[in-house]
Amino acid sequence: MIERIKQDWFSNIRGDLLAGTVVALALVPEAIAFSIIAGVDPKVGLYASFSIAVIIAFVGGRPGMISAATGAMALLMVTLVKEHGLEYLLAATLLTGVIQIAAGFLKLGNLMRFVSRSVVTGFVNALAILIFMAQLPELTDVTWHVYAMTAAGLGIIYLFPLIPAIGKTVPSPLVCIVVLTAVAMGLGLDIRTVGDMGELPDTLPVFLWPDVPLNLTTLQIILPYSVGLAAVGLLESMMTATIVDELTDTKSDKNRECKGQGIANIGAGLLGGMAGCAMIGQSIINVKSGGRKRLSTLTAGVFLLILVVFLDEWLTRIPMAALVAVMIMVSIGTFSWDSLRNLTKYPLSTNIVMVSTVAVVVATHNLALGVFVGVLLAALFFANKIGRFMVVKNEITEEGLRHYRVVGQVFFASADSFMASFDFNEAVDRVTIDLHQAHFWDITSVAALDKVVIKFRRGGTDVSIVGMNEATRTVVDRFGVHDKPEELEKLMAGS
Amino acid sequence: MTKIQITACIDGSAISGAVCDTAAWASKTLAAPLTFLHVLEETHSVAREDLSGAIGLGSREYLLDELMLLDERRNKLALEHGARLLESARRRAQSAGATVVDSEQRHGGLLEAVSAYEDKTRLFVIGRQGEGHGLQKPAIGSHVENMVRGLHTPILMATGKFSVPGNYMLAYDGSKTADDALERIANSPLLAGIPGHLVMVGNDTAENRQRLEQRQALLSDKGHQVESHLLSGNVIDCLMNFRERFQIELIVMGAYGHSRIREFIVGSNTTKMLAMSSVPVLILR
Repeated sequence: MIERIKQDWFSNIRGDLLAGTVVALALVPEAIAFSIIAGVDPKVGLYASFSIAVIIAFVGGRPGMISAATGAMALLMVTLVKEHGLEYLLAATLLTGVIQIAAGFLKLGNLMRFVSRSVVTGFVNALAILIFMAQLPELTDVTWHVYAMTAAGLGIIYLFPLIPAIGKTVPSPLVCIVVLTAVAMGLGLDIRTVGDMGELPDTLPVFLWPDVPLNLTTLQIILPYSVGLAAVGLLESMMTATIVDELTDTKSDKNRECKGQGIANIGAGLLGGMAGCAMIGQSIINVKSGGRKRLSTLTAGVFLLILVVFLDEWLTRIPMAALVAVMIMVSIGTFSWDSLRNLTKYPLSTNIVMVSTVAVVVATHNLALGVFVGVLLAALFFANKIGRFMVVKNEITEEGLRHYRVVGQVFFASADSFMASFDFNEAVDRVTIDLHQAHFWDITSVAALDKVVIKFRRGGTDVSIVGMNEATRTVVDRFGVHDKPEELEKLMAGS
Repeated sequence: MTKIQITACIDGSAISGAVCDTAAWASKTLAAPLTFLHVLEETHSVAREDLSGAIGLGSREYLLDELMLLDERRNKLALEHGARLLESARRRAQSAGATVVDSEQRHGGLLEAVSAYEDKTRLFVIGRQGEGHGLQKPAIGSHVENMVRGLHTPILMATGKFSVPGNYMLAYDGSKTADDALERIANSPLLAGIPGHLVMVGNDTAENRQRLEQRQALLSDKGHQVESHLLSGNVIDCLMNFRERFQIELIVMGAYGHSRIREFIVGSNTTKMLAMSSVPVLILR
C-alpha cells in the first residue's frame, strides 16, 4: 500500500515537477481560451482547470494524464450559457460528475473496446479541427496587427526550441506570450487582450452551491447538456488514457478514471468552474516533458492556481493574438497527421468511418454524436464482412434427395444470401439441410431457416434438418465459449 | 501444480553469490530442482529532456518512437546482462551439487514476477540487499519486506557469505504463526540432520515452560535434535545475544504476526531481526 503510493507519486519527482510546471504554463492560455469558447469569464475555466487537475491527481486512474477545462466540453456548453447563464452551467457540471461516477460504477469504461481505432483517430482529428475553428472569430474583422502578432507567435513557438542551449529549457509557448505581451504594450497596440474577454480570478476559489432552483424544470434544462458532457468527457478521457498508456507502456484503470472524472467535475462545479475532462494535447506535452506520475498532474494544478492568483494583473494584458497562436499549436499537435498518410493505405471502410466521425463532429460540434456515428458505421462494416463467411453447398446424394450443407455464420447480415442459396424451384422429393458446421447467431437467421422450410414444404418437398441444436446454440445470449475452450475450437473449425 | 522447486532471485548485486550458494545447499538437502530467476524491473525511459512544451506535426508518433527506441536499447542490454548473471549462477550452483538447475528471466515488478512462481515453489531464496547496497550496512533492501509480506511460501534470506549451517535456532513466541513455523520445520528434511535450539523469550512461568516442552517434544518425535531455552528480556536483544553465545549459524522464525498498523506504531520484530541478523534467516509464514 505504502509502496504503491510511493510508486504512484514519488518515483519520478524531478521529471514530474518540471513537466507539471511546463503543463501549468500551457494550461493558463488554454483555460482562458476555452472559457471564451464557452462564453463565460476566463476565471470559470481557470478555476475549473485548477480543481480538476488537483482532484484527478488523487482520484484518477491514469497517473501522468492531464485533465482540465477542455475545448470539447466547452463547445457543448455554448447554448446553455447563452440561454440560461453561468449558474445553470455549474449545476450541469455537478450533474455531469454524478453521471460519470455512475458510469464508473457500471463499468462503462469497458465499452471503450467497441470504439475502434479509426473512430479514435476521427475523434482526435475532429477535436483538433474544432479547436482551430474556435480561434477563427479572433482572426476575422481585425487589423493586420493581429495577423502579424499571431504569425510571430507561431514562429516563436516552433522556432524557439531550435535555439541551442536555452531552447529546450524554457517552454516556448510561454516565451511567445511574454514577448507578444511586451510588444503589444511597448507599441501601445490597440488590439484585443484577455482583459477584454471577462473577469479573471483574483482570489482562491471559494465553495459555492450553484444558485439555481432545485426543481424538475432545472433538471429538464440541464440533463440533456449533462448527458452530452458526461459522454464526451468520458470518451476523451478514455482515449487520452489509451494514448498515455501507449506512450508510457503502462496500464491504467479505466473505471477508476471514470469515477475520478466524475469526482473532479463535482469539485469543479462546487468551486465555480466549468466541466472538463482529460486533454490529449496537454497529456502529450506532459509525457514529452518527462511527467509520468500523479505528482505531475498535481503540480500542474497547484502551479496554475499560484500563477493565476498572483499574476492576474499581467494576465489581463496578454493579447488575444498570443493565445490564438498557442491554441493553433495545440490543434496542430493534437491532429493525427499520420492518419492523412494512412488514407491511401487503409481499406475504404476504415477511411469512411474516420472521415464520417470527423464530418459529423464538425457539422454538429458534438463529439459524442461523431463517435456514435463512427461506432455504428464500424459495426455495420464489420457485420458486413463477417456476413460473407457463409456458404451453402449442395449435392444430390441419392435419387430424389438434395443435401444442403450450410457452413459459416448466419445472422442478420447474411440471412438474405442464406435464403438465396436454396433452389426452391427444383422439384425433388426430399431435402436435407445439414447445419452441423453453421452458426445461427440471432433470431433473424432462425426465422430465415423457418422460411426456407416453409417454402420447400409448399413445393411438396419433405424437409429434414440435422444439427439444429449445435447451430442454434449461439443464439443464446450468454453463449459461454469463454469458459469452454473446446466449444470455441468447434466454433472456429466450423467457420 | 505441486510445490516442488526452489526459486532463487538474483540481481547481480554483491549478495548474489551468497544467494547462489544458499540455494544450492537447499536444493541438495531437499533434493529439489533449483530455478534461478532474474527480474527485469520496469523502469521506463524519459525522452530527451525537452521542456519546450511545444507540440507540432505528428508529435505523438515521434514521441512514441523515441520512447520506444530508448526502452528497447536499455532493455536489450539488461536482458544480456541478466542472461550472463543467470549463466554464471547456474554454473556455480551446479558445481556446488544442486540438482536440475534451470534459469528464467521475467519483466515486471519483482513481487509480481515472484508471485507467478508461488504455486510451484516450496522455498524462495533471496538476498538481503539488492543492487545499490553494499554488504556492510545492517539494512534490508526495499524488496525484502514486501516479499516476506506478499508471499506465503517459506523464504530463505541470505546475508553476507554462505557456509553450510552447523546448527540453527528457532525463535518461538507462542503465536499461531510460530506454531505453524515449528510444525513445518518438524516435517521438513531441510534441517533434519542439524542440531537446533528452540528459543522462547518470555516470562519464566509454568505455562510458558510447559508450552516450550511440548513443542520440543513435537520436534524430537520427528527425529530432530533440539534443546529448548526460555529467556526473558527484550526480544531482539535476547535473540541476538543467544545467537552470539551459541554461535548460531541459521535463524528460523515466523514472520509478521501482527497487523500493519500495530507494527507502524511499535515497530516490527521481524523487520528488525531481518536487518540485524548476520547469518541466513529462514522465514516461515
